[in-house]
Amino acid sequence: MDTKDLDARSYTDLLKGYIKTQDERALYGAEQISKSFIKNNILPEEIVNLHIQALLEIYPDLHELIQPSMNFLLEAMISYGLAHQEYQQLREKQLELRSEIHLAARMQQILLQSEIPQTDDLDIGVISVPANQMNGDYHHFVRGKDGSINIAIADIIGKGIPAALSMSMIKYAMDSFPESEMSTNAILKSLNRVVERNVDPSMFITMFYATYKPDSGKLFYSSAGHEPGFFYSSKANRFKEIEAKGLVLGVKPDTTYSQYELELNKDDMVILLTDGVTECRKGDQFIERDEVLEVIRTYMHLPAQEIVNRVYRHFERIQNFQLKDDFTLVILKKVV
Amino acid sequence: MNLQVQIDEGNNGSVVHLSGEIDVYTAPKLKDALLPLTKQKGTLLEVDLTHVNYMDSTGLGVFINALKSSNEHECKFKLINLQDRVYRLFQITGLHEIMDLNSTIRGVDE
Repeated sequence: MDTKDLDARSYTDLLKGYIKTQDERALYGAEQISKSFIKNNILPEEIVNLHIQALLEIYPDLHELIQPSMNFLLEAMISYGLAHQEYQQLREKQLELRSEIHLAARMQQILLQSEIPQTDDLDIGVISVPANQMNGDYHHFVRGKDGSINIAIADIIGKGIPAALSMSMIKYAMDSFPESEMSTNAILKSLNRVVERNVDPSMFITMFYATYKPDSGKLFYSSAGHEPGFFYSSKANRFKEIEAKGLVLGVKPDTTYSQYELELNKDDMVILLTDGVTECRKGDQFIERDEVLEVIRTYMHLPAQEIVNRVYRHFERIQNFQLKDDFTLVILKKVV
Repeated sequence: MNLQVQIDEGNNGSVVHLSGEIDVYTAPKLKDALLPLTKQKGTLLEVDLTHVNYMDSTGLGVFINALKSSNEHECKFKLINLQDRVYRLFQITGLHEIMDLNSTIRGVDE
């Protein structure tokens, strides 16, 4: 006997039992059998048919009008049966899509990977953790021929495939720039034109772009509406917000940007982040930007990679290990 | 947290009163309410944010979309009564220089 016959048998028994006693136990049995129906893909009209057969077995002299009424019910269930079949197909399709997205996300991760450049001058630490499958945060390092180090940190606002594609677009645009000859504001200006061509009008990107020149020890930077980072001056033992004005990428085609500069001395730090860091929530409360600095201060004697790891763990913990937004933190520490 | 959208239509345009939070979950609702109004040529569309105490970057995306659409359809688009926290987002992203925003009010819901 296959499960279908088995279910048919126990359906009849349960129905018999229930009609006699009308107690909860038989109802519970019906609930169990209903689960088994779903699992075995039994269609609604088949259940009605099963009910008819069971009734006929229990009451061989069933009122002659009941049976046609049951046939009527059976007809009425047919559309539900079709809908159920469609639902099953959609479910399978959805599983397929999900695994494809997962694959795409992994591919994106591999494509967008950026190695931390090794230099004698700077100790660099990076952590970037997505809240969902696709990371909307992006960071990128390029070393110039003259030994300069270019750093981009960005937050792509917009969902799904257009945002992911746009991220790849900016990566390849950046790779193709003759980076050491371009100023940071010229780079943002070019990227803005790339992003502006994107199809989704509610998508935009915030980006902070910086170039560190080891010869002069200077950091040149520009911002396209990105969450301000911080500069830690070792001499003053103080954190300061890195101010830079500029419109987000992807809003106005003819936007221009300014370049700013900062001199780094030994033990100074530059902290770049995305709003996933500053918009952590502790229960109902948002954490303040100062709180981020306090945590950084606690760990700042450690190597840069250790600092970002510890800071991330701290905020992961206070959010009960559930990130609301992608979290990216970059720390540059001048070591000589 | 939810977002309530109330639209008052007048002779020369509409005022949209929002209250609650604008985030990934509520942004689609806002977009559906706002976009049709940006396509009415020659009208003024005001969005009152007095009672919006939280907005994330997805919300900015909706307003950028509305700005682009209203420019395209020659509709005037304006945001009014922004709380400090919300205004800061426009400031960081440089959008305050290209959008019509009126003076900030202090967080009334705090």
